[in-house]
Amino acid sequence: MRDDIDYVPTNRIVLWGHHFTAVAGAAPIIGPGIAVIWGWLPAFLWVVIGTMFFAGVHDFGAIWASIRNQARSVGSLTGDVVSHRARTLFMIVIFLLLLMVNAVFAVAISNEFQATPSSVIPAWSAVAVAVVIGVLIYRMGVPITWPTIAGTVILYAVIYLGELVPVTLPEQVLGLAPGAQWIILLFVYAAVASMLPVWLLLQPRDYINGIQLFVGLGILYGAVLIASPTVVAPAINPNVPASTPPLLPLLFVTVACGAISGFHGLVGSGTTSKQLNTETDARFVGYLGSVGEGSLALVAIIATTAGFATFADWEAVYQTYNTQGTGAFVRGGAQIASDGLGLPYGFAQTLLAVMAVLFAGTTMDAGVRLQRYIVQEWGTIYNIPPLQNGYVATGVAVGACLVLAFGAGGAGGTGGMIIWPLFGTTNQLLAGLTLLVISVILVKLGRPSRYTMIPMVFVTTMAFLSALIQLADLYRAGNYLLIAIDLLIIVAAILVALEAASAFMREKRKAAEATG
Amino acid sequence: MTSERVTAKEGPWAQLRELLTEFYVAPYRGAVARARRDEDDLFMLFVYAEMMGVPNPATYYTLELQPLLLERFHEWHTRIGMEHSPLDHFRCC
Repeated sequence: MRDDIDYVPTNRIVLWGHHFTAVAGAAPIIGPGIAVIWGWLPAFLWVVIGTMFFAGVHDFGAIWASIRNQARSVGSLTGDVVSHRARTLFMIVIFLLLLMVNAVFAVAISNEFQATPSSVIPAWSAVAVAVVIGVLIYRMGVPITWPTIAGTVILYAVIYLGELVPVTLPEQVLGLAPGAQWIILLFVYAAVASMLPVWLLLQPRDYINGIQLFVGLGILYGAVLIASPTVVAPAINPNVPASTPPLLPLLFVTVACGAISGFHGLVGSGTTSKQLNTETDARFVGYLGSVGEGSLALVAIIATTAGFATFADWEAVYQTYNTQGTGAFVRGGAQIASDGLGLPYGFAQTLLAVMAVLFAGTTMDAGVRLQRYIVQEWGTIYNIPPLQNGYVATGVAVGACLVLAFGAGGAGGTGGMIIWPLFGTTNQLLAGLTLLVISVILVKLGRPSRYTMIPMVFVTTMAFLSALIQLADLYRAGNYLLIAIDLLIIVAAILVALEAASAFMREKRKAAEATG
Repeated sequence: MTSERVTAKEGPWAQLRELLTEFYVAPYRGAVARARRDEDDLFMLFVYAEMMGVPNPATYYTLELQPLLLERFHEWHTRIGMEHSPLDHFRCC
């Protein structure tokens, strides 16, 4: 299968690095950062158990299923293994997921830029550093080591500059508040970035982001081991704020990435499987990739529960469900880095804010580009020539994200994090679909399928219940845009369950006929 | 950008370079290769434009490239959707 373009056998350690950095982004920081509102124990248990028995199995399984079928993606496999209806369902869920991930990450970055104005210059400088690295390597053929070292040093040096020159936007521009201005600026950037050649921005940006991830994890875990901070948050919070939804089932959608996430199956079966050297490497790459992401989620839990001086300080931050996430991670993590490694608190705060912004920004870059591809594909399938145009398709993709960001959060763009549980629900539904495909393949092969069936039933049930609870909340809030999306998710969850039952009955019948 | 295999004998610096190069290249190998192939396809069109009846002011310069690109001619015309050679006087298949 080797073609030296898509199908290239790669060293498993390098491949693990790709898989890990591709799946780990801002989501394993935001999710646990919100979920500790119920106390640290539920989030901790779900991340640990979820990584071991759900995410590891799901990611490893997705890569395995793909490699056993000419390295095809799970979406493509769904059509053959389950049904064409399930495949259509898969595409709808993917589109919803991309729509939400772009909207929610734009809101998260906007919030972070307002909370930590010193992060603005370093975060945007990363774009310039990436472009210079891209040109040096691709156009000028400079060996990679020096641009890497220089780029990383510049990235951290600019953090000092950011502290000296914090950037805040005007109170009002054309009637828009700073949060809304940032969201629009971010989508304009994402639209331009998605149109640029991948070697110029996306590739070097992903690369320095990967380096940043390893450096960041090293700093945080090093600081935790040295400072040995005390957890001030309660194990189970008996006094959750009034607006907080019930732990069961919302915990299981609030923490998606870091416990189990359908997005990983797309990465695993879309790109990772095509670069696997041998089938046995699937476990190393897939399972350990999940463990890597679980470790990021764990350090986010530590930062948001042990990075505060007292319980009162922690409680003051967690006044409402869904408004924290990166904010609490940056504050708590900066305190731990400051105590453990002796970094100035302001520097550490900017460093972590930049790290979170870069993770979210890179995901947005890729997300808008993928959405453009989907819109262009629709243009081809339904014969709508304007949609096949790259500029029009990008405009449609970005427009849809803006409608969601502002439709969900109001004109100020400040309440957009309300989408987060819906994003988690969609992500879990996608994970359920992937586990369904893996389970059906296992049944066909006559292998035990309970290791994938039990997680599938669990995550699909939790996603369904969460969608129902959110529907009631959204109805009370009168948010009709999100009600429509939620209804779509509920219908998709029901159809997934029906497709699963039908596929298993069919396979069981076949097995009975074969033996009988 | 290509990845060169290095051995332990070449030292840790070369190994680090190879590791970083692979880490940089691998996720986008397909996308970059396809983009480069698209550029090459467009270049082929410029080189053979005049022979297909499309005026090309740069023909004087591209003419001498034609023999060099002939080897890739068949692969090019099949990839861009022309089953047979578009040139009446040049049948490669």
